[in-house]
Amino acid sequence: MTLYTSTVRTAPRRPRVWARLTTTTVYALALPISLLIIWGVWGTIAPGKFFPAPGRIAEAFVKTWIGPAFVTDVVPSLVRLAVAILIAIAVGIAAGTLIGLVRWLRELVEPLMEFFRAIPPPVLIPVFVALLGVTDNMKVIVIAFGSLWPVLLNTVDGVRSTDAVMTETARSFSLTPGQRLFSLVLPAASPRIMAGVRQTLSVALIMMVISEMFFSSSGLGFKIAYFQRNYLIAEMWSGIVLLGLVGILLAVIFTFVERRVLRWYHGIKEVERA
Amino acid sequence: MPETLLKVEHLKKVYESSTGVVEAIGDIDFSMRRGELVCIVGPSGCGKTTLLKCISGLLRPTSGSVVLDGKHVSSPPPNMALVFQEYGRSLFPWLTVRGNVELPLNHKKLSTAERASLIDDALLAVGLDHAADSYPWQLSGGMQQRVAIARAVAYQPEVLIMDEPFAAVDAQTRADLEDLVRRLHLERGMSILFVTHDIDESVYLGERVVVLSKSPTWVQEDLVIDLAPERDQITTRALPRFTELRTHVYEQIQRAKRGEAVRPAA
Amino acid sequence: MTLAPPAPVHTSTVVVPRRRRRRSFRAPLLGLLGVIVFLAGWQLVAAAELINPSQLPSATATFARLGTMVSDLEFWRNVGRTMTAWAIGLAIAAVAGILLGGLIGLVPILRRGTHSSIEFLRPIPSVALIPLAILTFGIQMQAALVIIVYACFWQVFVQVLYGVADIDTVARDTARSYGLTRGAQLRSLVLPTALPYIFTGLRLAASVALILAITAEMTILNPGLGNVIIIAASNGNITTVYAVVIVTGALGLIINLVFRAIERRALAWHQSVRGEEIL
Repeated sequence: MTLYTSTVRTAPRRPRVWARLTTTTVYALALPISLLIIWGVWGTIAPGKFFPAPGRIAEAFVKTWIGPAFVTDVVPSLVRLAVAILIAIAVGIAAGTLIGLVRWLRELVEPLMEFFRAIPPPVLIPVFVALLGVTDNMKVIVIAFGSLWPVLLNTVDGVRSTDAVMTETARSFSLTPGQRLFSLVLPAASPRIMAGVRQTLSVALIMMVISEMFFSSSGLGFKIAYFQRNYLIAEMWSGIVLLGLVGILLAVIFTFVERRVLRWYHGIKEVERA
Repeated sequence: MPETLLKVEHLKKVYESSTGVVEAIGDIDFSMRRGELVCIVGPSGCGKTTLLKCISGLLRPTSGSVVLDGKHVSSPPPNMALVFQEYGRSLFPWLTVRGNVELPLNHKKLSTAERASLIDDALLAVGLDHAADSYPWQLSGGMQQRVAIARAVAYQPEVLIMDEPFAAVDAQTRADLEDLVRRLHLERGMSILFVTHDIDESVYLGERVVVLSKSPTWVQEDLVIDLAPERDQITTRALPRFTELRTHVYEQIQRAKRGEAVRPAA
Repeated sequence: MTLAPPAPVHTSTVVVPRRRRRRSFRAPLLGLLGVIVFLAGWQLVAAAELINPSQLPSATATFARLGTMVSDLEFWRNVGRTMTAWAIGLAIAAVAGILLGGLIGLVPILRRGTHSSIEFLRPIPSVALIPLAILTFGIQMQAALVIIVYACFWQVFVQVLYGVADIDTVARDTARSYGLTRGAQLRSLVLPTALPYIFTGLRLAASVALILAITAEMTILNPGLGNVIIIAASNGNITTVYAVVIVTGALGLIINLVFRAIERRALAWHQSVRGEEIL
């Protein structure tokens, strides 16, 4: 005996998909395009000395970076950045796991770690320049050393705070220590670790920019500083745009990796929020 | 005696806390035969969980001994599986249901085929064969607890220990899960040690009910449940004998709470 | 096996308090030992001249220089300059971040419309703007402030966005069912929910502000501690460099501790189930 006597009619779905796609795109592009238009108009009417019109910047971008400069300056910079980031993450996670699991070790190095983490990383550049000279290796090392602290400390935190019930479950099933480490401790710590990796990425980028702009004679950062010193404004801006693109690229790669590694974590959050 | 699977003798556990010393368990003595389903009940705070942790080797007792299958228990023995109350924190959220059930099997020397068949069999037994590729957090509470049970079953332990596993589950699901436990016990002859605070559940499930006293805990009564092995939520719970037994257990618990029961001399 | 009395009595065995107290002293002692071992190692390496003294000063020399610096008025003026830039930059970024974050977070249209721009602008490293800042403002604190504010703004802004989005739906429905006005809802629902996030954002922004204040002084060369490092390095005065590095580390540590303490005090009532929010 049902109470409802009329069927519920739902609207056909396909047109709505298109509508949703267009609204999303409109929202995504509306503000940036309007800003660019305003800037462009302003730039043509009253060009600021140091704020050229977007058109000129685009022109300079193509002229400067699409060519040999890409290979001689940009690629080495990016390679150094990538290598340094990988070193920082590897060392950070490995050392962080060890420190997090061995209690006396953690207590031993904790004040030192907190101090080293508190040092503003760019301050270390003159130190490393004095120690190692301005070599390629030094550039990688200083970026790695300066940026490994967030992921290191987050790993220590994450590894320490494994859920007690999960640990008891693992013990009750007699999992080996190796299994416990790779199947329980590290996955459980991965949200924290990824948060640390995110900070590490942004610190690494800062280190790369500063070390190249002011302590080096080659690289993307150096070129931008060179343009600034020689009042090549549009070229300087194009360099800044390129740096921005590098930053965005790092963010995109990180988001992609994080979504895959932490798919389960985001799943739980969604379920909780519902 | 190969018949005796588990023997707990003069178990005592004393905690040091910031407020002083707490004697969680005073002196516990009981044994369990192979293939039995024993329920443990007691008033709140009587150290049921502490007792289970000592039996399962997760905690070291202050004195006394636990012997499982002839071997002294000082750390979690390999022939035992545990099902916790907090299923949400016991299942690994980064593994699928199948992954969770498979994990403890990885360090047993099994071929891939044997492992797969154990997993499939366990999932089928708890009714989750269709959810093998889901994640635990995508399932309801009752289903998650089934996953935990499947994980324990697939492990093929000598004894299955369950620590108030259905306390965090709604009543209807609890009834289904109780029947699942009975079915596993009858069909597979699993030895099960079941801790609960639910008196009706202990009588419905158990072949024996061990009633614990108030802290410092000792075994106040060891009651045999002489109901038929084939039990049913509706008919069994309506039996007069069921009511007698549960009333008796309830009275014992009340006495335990009031601290009226007196320990018999050694 | 004795006869236990019917009423449970806590049979107190002798407690061994020694073990407990030793454990609570162990951590600081080990930590101190770690620092001592590190300093000793440093001193040994420097004294044995495994590395050229012009590249690695000894620990004793560094701390001696630190002692001299601390009694020098100019040093404290430099600290003041750095901290002034830090404070102003942080304040501007905090106000802008909270206001804009609150506004955009609460108005869904704004949220959707700015989402792409935020995701685009956020990853741009603030230090990329240093050449532009130098051109526009020259060697002055304003140049440094641009860099500081740009980076710190995002820290606060993003946290406020998350905070405002995190409002418990049950609480919100309760507020609406009681007919609370917009203003009252803001005060009693939005603000308490967002407050922990605001504090997290401020704490992160505070440490970012210090990093950028000093970085700006190192690069734009406006007066301050960063400037001192660069001048000392170019003069080959490595001892001063190391001494100032220690000072900056100490500053960073103090800022971190202070902000964590503020956060803990102000949010003592808040059941923070969320730790450092995983972005």
